[in-house]
This record gives sequence, structure tokens and C-alpha cells, in this order.
Amino acid sequence: MSMPFYVSPEQMMKDRADYARKGIARGRALVALQTPSCIVIVAENPSTTLRKVSEIYDRIAFAGVGKYNEFDQLRVAGVRAAELRGYQYSRNDVDARSLANQYAQVLGDVFATSGPKPLEVELLVAEVGDTPERDRLFHILYDGTLLDEKRFCVLGGDAEGISKRLESTYRADLDLATAVKVAVAALSGPDRTVAAADLEIATLVRNGRRRSFTRITDDAVAAALR
Amino acid sequence: MTMPRFAAGDDPGASFPDLLRKIGIDPFPASALRGESGRIDSTRGNDTVLPHATTCLALTYDGGVVMAGDRRATMGNLISTRSVEKVVPADDLSGVAIAGTAGLAMEMIKLFQLQLEYYEKVEGQSLSLEGKANQLSMMVRSNMPAAMQGLGVVPIFAGFDPLVGRGRLWDFDITGGRYEERDFVAIGSGSALASTVLRVGWRTNITREAAIELAARALWEASDADTATGGPDILRGIYPIVASIDAGGWDRVADDALASIYDTIMREVRSR
Repeated sequence: MSMPFYVSPEQMMKDRADYARKGIARGRALVALQTPSCIVIVAENPSTTLRKVSEIYDRIAFAGVGKYNEFDQLRVAGVRAAELRGYQYSRNDVDARSLANQYAQVLGDVFATSGPKPLEVELLVAEVGDTPERDRLFHILYDGTLLDEKRFCVLGGDAEGISKRLESTYRADLDLATAVKVAVAALSGPDRTVAAADLEIATLVRNGRRRSFTRITDDAVAAALR
Repeated sequence: MTMPRFAAGDDPGASFPDLLRKIGIDPFPASALRGESGRIDSTRGNDTVLPHATTCLALTYDGGVVMAGDRRATMGNLISTRSVEKVVPADDLSGVAIAGTAGLAMEMIKLFQLQLEYYEKVEGQSLSLEGKANQLSMMVRSNMPAAMQGLGVVPIFAGFDPLVGRGRLWDFDITGGRYEERDFVAIGSGSALASTVLRVGWRTNITREAAIELAARALWEASDADTATGGPDILRGIYPIVASIDAGGWDRVADDALASIYDTIMREVRSR
């Protein structure tokens, strides 16, 4: 009878975490910023069809980094969870906190028990409120860790460096165009520039209309960066 | 509540009704009436009388479509609601109007609106206008067992089609049959009266204003001779719903504007 090698739980978790982290670090990063008029999400993404940022519900957006097929499945699951809740109860009963918890549960479950490998993704669930104080930015890590962030949120490779840059440039009173500039500068760093065509930008607008999710076109991005 | 996740072969895709069935909710519960004896007549004064929504119409104009519907729901010879909304936007560029058993009709509208938005979010792009009409057709067909028991629902679907740059409209029968109409259509108990007015008054490429006036007039004539169709309720300030849909989207005509159109019509009637 063959004996499986003993691997300590600590070592197993560390190996899985390293695996997930490496996968995520390979992809490009994204940032979300709170501004007085909206939440703006800026992602580095050369593709115009495979989206990283998308609409989940009236006031809720989703963004993912890492492996596209993995976070896109989670996006669709989120749309379903939100729509089912809205259908069975009311549109007002759909909130980001509940969705973020469900995502954390799925990611945590795959990381620790059910999956052959952890999911190589990090997620953002953002909800725009009537005032910036009521905004929600939930950051979910590959192992199901759920973080409730304020002001801004960074996902993906080199998150630490980007956070550090944002820490010095972010202000709460940014208008949209400036916020985009600040976000792009933080994403690209001092040594390189990112073209408008390689950016995917969307906002959750604080205007009281039902569907607050709006994409910003490449032309408008280029104009904002000028 | 846990997140709904499916294996690759079991995924309901971009269909919200299929998703509901997967998690054990029947979106058309009235279809379970199949095989039960007896027929519920929702229009006449029988044992079981259900609220019934009536006359709706749609017509094309230069650049879009106008949709309109009265506000009355009836239960046999009684008025059950004076301010029901049978004409609603389906999404940015289309609208749906519905006649028939009110409860099922309202539920179908809700499901249809949800399905269009759900598809857009899951697939990342909207359905074509033709695709939307087809979706509605399938929902009407799902309701057919109930329709055979007397709980029929028939909608009008209309909208602006950016692919061809003009307004288009469809009507349906209870089997889900889908018929694209070129100029105008009316459904419900007052439809014969309303479509006569439309037939006489409609012209190719009429203006939006003329189309709105014609729609208001068609509803007036329907309500004048059909008790199940409500006219303008001056006493309570409840007017029919009239809206246009063009490249800029859904635009509902304000009650003030309708009030002045009906003022004119009433003056004409008085001077006859």
C-alpha cells in the first residue's frame, strides 16, 4: 500500500496561496476611486470585448483581475444572484454587501476545500450610494478574504506600488477627468505610459437614475487624459 | 441565499425564465392549470371573475412609434382599477402594451423587462429588436395552457430599430404567433373601434404630434362605445398612457398635453 506524502496544512495553504498570487500578479491591475459625482473604475485592458469591469445591478458594478474565464463566470453568477433576489423581493433589497459575502464564500470554499486549485482572481464589488459616505467598495481576495475599503481600492499585480502612488495623489474632491488622470498615473507608474485604447473605464454615476453603470468610450478617455 | 452556479452543460445561459426553472420557480405557474376541468371566464360575470386589462394600440410615425393604452381594468361589469399602466417601456428603445387577464399580463411584462436587461448584462450586448419580439412571443406561448382556460394575455411590442433606422411593431396571438404590422395595430376589447379610427386617420410618415393626437382620438372613440375601455378621467385627472419611442428612446406624453388634446376632442363632440 502506498502512503501519500504528508503535507502540513500550513504548507498546503501556503502553496495554494503562492499559486493564486502568482496567477493574479501576471495580469494587469485595476483601481476604483470614490469621487463626489461617481465611483470610477479604471482597468488596464487592451481588449475591447473581454471586459474586466461590468454591470451587476442598478447601483452595483463588478470588476475582476486574474484569469478572465474564472472571474467572468463569477460575474455571471453575481448577475444571477442579484436578479433573482430583485425578482423574488424588490430591487431595493439587492445590496453589494450580500453579494460580496456570497463571492467570499465561493472563493473561500474553492481555496480551502472543494477545488483542485484555487481561483486565480481578485474581485471588486462596488455600490454607489446617495452620498460618498454610503458608497461601498468590497475587495475579495483569492482565498475569500473580504475587505471593506474606503476612498480607493487597488486589485491585481503590483497593488502595493499602485496604492502607494494613489496614497499621495488621491483627494476626496476629484472631478471625473482628474480622477481618471490620477488613476492612470498610479496604474502606469513613473516609467511608462498607458494608451487610452488600453484602458477600460466605467463609472457608477450618483445621479439617482435606476441604472447608474456607464462605460466611458475610448475617445472620451483620450480627451480626459490630454 | 447562495450564489447560483452551474456546471458547463447545465448552464441556463442568458435566459432568465430558464434560470428560474433551474432553481425551482415556475415563471408561468398558470400553465399548471393544464388538464383541470372548467374554464375561467375572465371577461364576463361568471363565478370566477378576474381583473381584465383592455384597449392598447401602437402606430408608426416618421422616425419612431407611438404606443397608447387606456387606464381601466374591469372585473365583469365592474371597474377594478382606474389607473392601471398597461403600456410600459421594455428597455431603452422599446415598449410593450398588454391586454388580457391583468395579473398574468403584469407578471409577463415584469418578466419580459427583466429578461431584456438580464440578457444585456450576461451577454454584454442588447438583443436586436426582432430578437426581443421573439422572446416575448415565447413567453406568450408559455402561457398558452392558461390562455386555453380563458386566462389569455396578448401584447403589442413596438420600438425603434437602430439596424433599419425606423419604428417597428408586432402583435401576437395567444399561441405566441408573432405578426409584424407595417402601420398600426390595436388590441383588447375596444380594438375594433380604435383600429377603425387609426385606419381612417393614419398616413405614411405622419409627424409625432399627429400620431399622438391620432392615438388619443382612437382611445376616445374606443371608450365612447366600449364599456371596458376607460376614457380620460377628468374628475380624477387620470389620462391614458401615450408615449413615443424614437432613436432618443421612450418619451411619455405629459398629462397636461393629453388634457389639451382631449379638450379639443370634447369641444368637437359638443358642437356636433
